[in-house]
Amino acid sequence: MSAGATPPSALPVEDVAVALGGPPRDDARLARKERLRVLLHSKSFIAGAIIVGFWIVCAIFGRSLVLQDPFASNPIDSLQAPSADNWFGTDRLGRDVFSRVIVGSRDILVIAFSATVLGTVLGTALGLVTGYFRGFVDDALSRIIEAILALPVVLVAIMALVALGPSNLTIIIVVGLVFAPIIARTVRAAVLSERELEYVSAARLRNERTPYILFAEILPNVMGPVIVEFTVRLGYAVFIVATLSFLGVGVQPPSPDWGLQVFEHYGLISGGYWWPVLFPAAAIASLVIGVNLIADGLTQAFER
Amino acid sequence: MAKFIAKRVALGLITLFLLSVLVFFMANVLPGNVGRRVLGPFASPQAVAALNHQLGTDQPLVTQYVDQMKGYLKGDMGTTVATRQPVSDVLWPALWRSAKLAILAFIIVVPLSILGGVYAALHEGSLRDRVITVGGLSAAAVPDFVWAVVLLIVFSLGLGLLPSTAAFPDGSGVLTQVKYLLLPAFCLVFVLFGYIARMARAGTIESLDADYTRTAVIKGLPQRAVLRRHVLRNSLLPTIAVIATQVGYLMGGLVVIELIFNYQGIGQMIFRAATQKDFPSLEAAVLVVGVVFLVSTLIADILYSVLNPRVRLGGAES
Repeated sequence: MSAGATPPSALPVEDVAVALGGPPRDDARLARKERLRVLLHSKSFIAGAIIVGFWIVCAIFGRSLVLQDPFASNPIDSLQAPSADNWFGTDRLGRDVFSRVIVGSRDILVIAFSATVLGTVLGTALGLVTGYFRGFVDDALSRIIEAILALPVVLVAIMALVALGPSNLTIIIVVGLVFAPIIARTVRAAVLSERELEYVSAARLRNERTPYILFAEILPNVMGPVIVEFTVRLGYAVFIVATLSFLGVGVQPPSPDWGLQVFEHYGLISGGYWWPVLFPAAAIASLVIGVNLIADGLTQAFER
Repeated sequence: MAKFIAKRVALGLITLFLLSVLVFFMANVLPGNVGRRVLGPFASPQAVAALNHQLGTDQPLVTQYVDQMKGYLKGDMGTTVATRQPVSDVLWPALWRSAKLAILAFIIVVPLSILGGVYAALHEGSLRDRVITVGGLSAAAVPDFVWAVVLLIVFSLGLGLLPSTAAFPDGSGVLTQVKYLLLPAFCLVFVLFGYIARMARAGTIESLDADYTRTAVIKGLPQRAVLRRHVLRNSLLPTIAVIATQVGYLMGGLVVIELIFNYQGIGQMIFRAATQKDFPSLEAAVLVVGVVFLVSTLIADILYSVLNPRVRLGGAES
């Protein structure tokens, strides 16, 4: 927050802070440096970052990376096995599977990321409020959260998407809304222990307004769990968005979305046409594993 | 003990009520005009009104909700939109078929993942441990339909060992049924293994560190006896809890698995109902899934407290 106000001469400040018994600001900076060091030495984080980074590059520059038009159908060449021309073969409309896999990372990344951001923002606010005030609101919300959690997220999303009609924006809103209470639960647990600490009482004694205490005092101190929860949820979001597309209620044709590609071709497996299914499926697997490896690395860095 | 159970059941009933409201809301309020949503934009207003009347969706919402819940309590779940069959005629056989698949998956995954978790814990920090934990969690993170198509390509198309459908012929024996259900069950095994193994591992590590384990070792008990009598008994507690919560997850996973393997379980029923906008069937099936989840968590809670007196005496609040 007021880190910019710290004088450049670090030593005396630290001494004063220690003398006052308050948390020295340099400690926070050191902790951050230490976390970064742990992260960069974490094999799972690096591996995950490389995989996810690759797919992000594909999502941004996809069209200019591939030689063939991923949308150009060519019925005469449909369902051709992988060859030098079509590395991953062609699908039932004769479209090049390789270019569709490369370009197909965009929708799932954008939707999963937006939904997780939405869920994290709402869930963090909800968790801060319920954890800080406790009481009736907290009890009532806990019950509602439990009721929502009694249904697999995929089922809630299917019902909502069928009722509202599928569109990318609807998927983002539905998945974000379902995530919010789950994230709220994690944040609430972190807030419960924070609210008993002295800096919160101090802020209260200073007569700070409640929103200030919540968002300027407590929030920065629960950012660790929030960041970890965000990456873990991002993995689930990719899982759910892919599953919804696979069920035909997610991303709609003619998008080269991976889940949709599997949906359009899985019936052909028993006919021997494995390539339009296997490659997009492998792409989904790599993305989900990549996100989870990043989450694994972050968890290690923050939980020390 | 009785007080604890009564309290858990009461809380469960409150959650059940909220769940029914939530599902009712999604099936009857969210679509806006239900009849229009079912029949599409080109149906005549009269047909829409007639369907709404038949479904009861022209009534005030509270009346609709109360009527519907009264019906559910009497075992009447309404009729399906497409075939006008009673929903319960479709739902119960479907649920039983799904249960068979789930039971097979659990028979495979529970011993496997507990063994894996305990093994990883005994070799904590080693490469074997990392392979089991990271591998298990990665396997769990991959969507089930991805596992399904990979297994299909390898075992059905490639090796020709197992059938590509789970729809076993009517009247086939138990072994034939197992053969047909093996591939779909393994998709669920891949997803569940990571979670259960992680809990078993964490529980084992914690009880390996505990004072009672040190005491048992110091008093000269053979290692095998320490493991069996002191470590495992305590480490399996959290594992039981996580197994029960996975039952709920499993019901969601079934939607995808049953669709791919063309198995007429509750998952496929939900998918069919969703694509055909058959809201009465969808609502009943989703509600049943929620109830199965609530009941299994309740059983897990009670079982947990029976096995672990500390929960019921101390922290009964949670």
